[in-house]
This record gives sequence, C-alpha cells and structure tokens, in this order.
Amino acid sequence: MSDRLRVAVDREACCGSGNCVRTVPEVFDQDEADGLVLLRQPAPAEADWAAVREAAYNCPAGAIEVTQG
Amino acid sequence: MSDTLATRIPTYPFGNDGLDPRLPDFGLEGVGRVQLPTGQQALLFTRHEHLRELLRSPDFSSDFTRPGFPLIRPLPDEMPRREGSFIRMDPPEHTKFRRMLTPEFMIKHIRTLEPLIQQTVTDALASMQAVGKPADLVEHFALPVPSMVICHLLGVPYADHEFFQERSRILLAWSSPLDVVRTAVEELREYLVRLIERKRGEPGDDMISRLAAERVATGEMTEPELVGLSLLLLIAGHETTSNMIGLSALVMLQHPAQLERLRQDPARIDDTVEELLRYLTIVRTGLTRVAIRDTVVGGHRVPAGQGVIGLLSAANRDADVFPDGDRFDLTRGSHQHMAFGFGIHQCIGQPLARAELRIALAELFTRLPNLELAVDPDSVEFRDAVVFGVRELAVTW
Ligand code: SF4
Repeated sequence: MSDRLRVAVDREACCGSGNCVRTVPEVFDQDEADGLVLLRQPAPAEADWAAVREAAYNCPAGAIEVTQG
Repeated sequence: MSDTLATRIPTYPFGNDGLDPRLPDFGLEGVGRVQLPTGQQALLFTRHEHLRELLRSPDFSSDFTRPGFPLIRPLPDEMPRREGSFIRMDPPEHTKFRRMLTPEFMIKHIRTLEPLIQQTVTDALASMQAVGKPADLVEHFALPVPSMVICHLLGVPYADHEFFQERSRILLAWSSPLDVVRTAVEELREYLVRLIERKRGEPGDDMISRLAAERVATGEMTEPELVGLSLLLLIAGHETTSNMIGLSALVMLQHPAQLERLRQDPARIDDTVEELLRYLTIVRTGLTRVAIRDTVVGGHRVPAGQGVIGLLSAANRDADVFPDGDRFDLTRGSHQHMAFGFGIHQCIGQPLARAELRIALAELFTRLPNLELAVDPDSVEFRDAVVFGVRELAVTW
C-alpha cells in the first residue's frame, strides 16, 4: 500500500455546504468567521482515508483534492 | 416508452402521485428531450454520474433571464425580480450572496439551535396530543416545527404564519394562475419590507437584523436584495422540511420492520434521515440550467443556449450508485444522494434541515410508540407542487 494521503482544499471554490465536516470532522472544519472549509489535517491518518475520499467525491463544489503517494 | 413512441417527446413535469417518482424511460444513456408547458424543449439528464458533471460544470447558468433558459411556468410580461434570489444567479454575483449566508448556516451555528429545535418539537407533539386522535400530522407537527424554527432564525414573527404559509403554498403549486402567484409574491415582499423597516429601528438577535445592520447599512447589499433573500429563505425554510417530515412519517409507518430497527438502535437516525432524503427527493422537478457555451455532459453534446434539467429524483434511484434504489433501506448508507442538489448551489440550509429531521423524527417515534396511520395509505393525497409532499396525514397513537 502507498505511504501517504495528502489533502488540499480550495477555499475560493468552497460553497460552505459543510459536507466534509460532517463526513470527517477529524480532517475538515468550518471557519467560524466565514463558514468556509478549513483543513485541520493535510496528511490524515490511514483510518480516515476512505472517509476523506468520500468527502472529496461528495463535495458539491469540487473543492477538495486528494492525492496519494 | 416503447419503440413506437420513440419520436414522441414526453411532457414535463411528470407529476407527483406517489412515493416513487415518475421517471422517463430513456434507455441506458438516461438522457432525452422533454416538452415543457412553455413550448420549449429541454434536455433531461437522469443518471447520477451525469448530474454530478452537469451541476458542477461552469458551462451552465442558473439565471432564468438568460435566453434559452428552460421555464416550466411562463414568465410574466414584466420580468420578475430576481434581486437577492441567489439560487438564480451565477458567480461572482452568486458567490457574494452565498458567502453572506454561509456563517449563518454553518454546522457549528446550527448546533447552537438544537435546544430550540428540541423544544419546538416537544411542544408541537404535546399540542398534537392535546388535540386528540386522530390528528393531522402535517397541520400539527410537520408544518409548525420548521415554520417556528425558520421564523426564529430569520426573526419573522411566527404569529404571522398563516399569512406567509398560505402565500408560499400558492407560489409553489403548479395549478396557481400566474396573476395569483404574482399577487402572493408582492404581498410577501411588502410584508418583508415592513419587517425589515422595523428591524432597522429595533434590531433583534436574528438573521434579518444582522443582514440589515452588517450588509445593507454598509452598502454591500441593497434593501430589495435583502427582501428577495429573506423571501427565499422563508419559503425554502418552510416548505422543504415540513414536506420531508410528513412524507418521512408515512414512509416509516409503511416500513414497520425498519421503524422497529430504528427504535432498537436510535443511533441509526442519521442513516435513516439520509435514506429518507434519497428515497423521497422532494425537489422532484429537478434543477434547471442553460448552457452558456457549447459543452459536453456524459459524452452528450450540449450546444450553447440549450436548456437542460437534472432530475435529482432519478439520480437518487440510479442503480449504479444505489442498487435496488426503489427499495427503502435505512442501512444502505445513502451519503451520495443529491436530495440537496449538487454544485455550488447545493442547499445552504442542509445542516438545519438535517438537524430538524433528526430531532423531529426521533422524538415522534420515541414519544408515540404506537403511532399509526388513521387512513388507508392508498388514500393519502400528494401535493402537485414544485416541492413534493403529502397534503395531510391523519395519524393515531
Ligand atoms: S464539502 Fe466542499 S463545499 Fe462543502 S464545506 Fe467542504 S469543501 Fe466546502
């Protein structure tokens, strides 16, 4: 298996749906001030990988990028 | 549709007459033309994968004033006002309004409203019980709960609920004549203009007061825009969740084994809500867009100016994503559903809707363990409106 999973978020593209926060609160948060996504963990634990991929897939704005390797 | 009818173009919208949405048979590709009441034709997409692509694409506009935009109801001669109605805007205009609202609807903020939602639900159930059985669950529970919550959030006096509930019904019913719709909208606008006026003098701890003080007073938003925005939130806040609660009760009562499962394991409420959202998909008319340049969706060419519709209720039954999708199954894990839409316009109120549904349904089934329909399920009447729902639901307990 590969070593690491990296996550990046695009706050400009984010529409504040909060889906990612609901799916993996360990990795994503919403900024108190503007409600847009905040990345808590750019290199999530392996246990969260599946949920992070699901969050990226379900992000309505396509604002979450996941790369592995 | 059989082959002999291949050239006949189905008429859209398809109508609502049951829990299963009426879906066209467009074959494997799931794409086809439909005839709209306005004389236009639109390209209807029904596959989950295609809707993801369509609704995230910057090649489509949500602005109904653009040429070719697919209209289900004709526009009045005088172009209706769109100010503040950001669901009908594109970036960057859309982004500006959406961003003003994201902090209001963020999960953390909604969480602070949960005690209020809980209290509202408890009180509504108590007053339904006081009315005596059988009672109409829509009138006594499904409608007042979201109505009180959105009123609280916006700062609209609940005492006026009959006034705006009646008008929002008119607005959303397909059968309403255009001039009646227009009068209803104007009356709602006038009501909100007066309300905003009052809030400027005496601000409260509510969204309209905050937007008036922080956005209108600073010049970021005009007063007519705040009126349009408030109107949108008031109607959306009422109609969607109340229809979901009424329909959800019906579905759960028709699936007693699954209801029992939920009662045994209350932690299943989140999965139950997601599956109800998928299965019911109350925005059955789908989402309308127009292509602003030549583009492609799911391998299908869409020329500039072509109107398209993404049929959410079909995508939410797509067998590739939801095997045996016509079956209600609260264990399926329905997280990929599009009941709230998809793309940058995805419902901003979804954390609120989820919290209301979770609390309302959990309480309903816990406090009334003997809840059952007081009517034959086949006689339940559905609403033929922009938002799908039951007209009334007699229950006993
Ligand atoms: S799911 Fe996407 S749009 Fe929604 S809050 Fe997260 S990053 Fe933003």
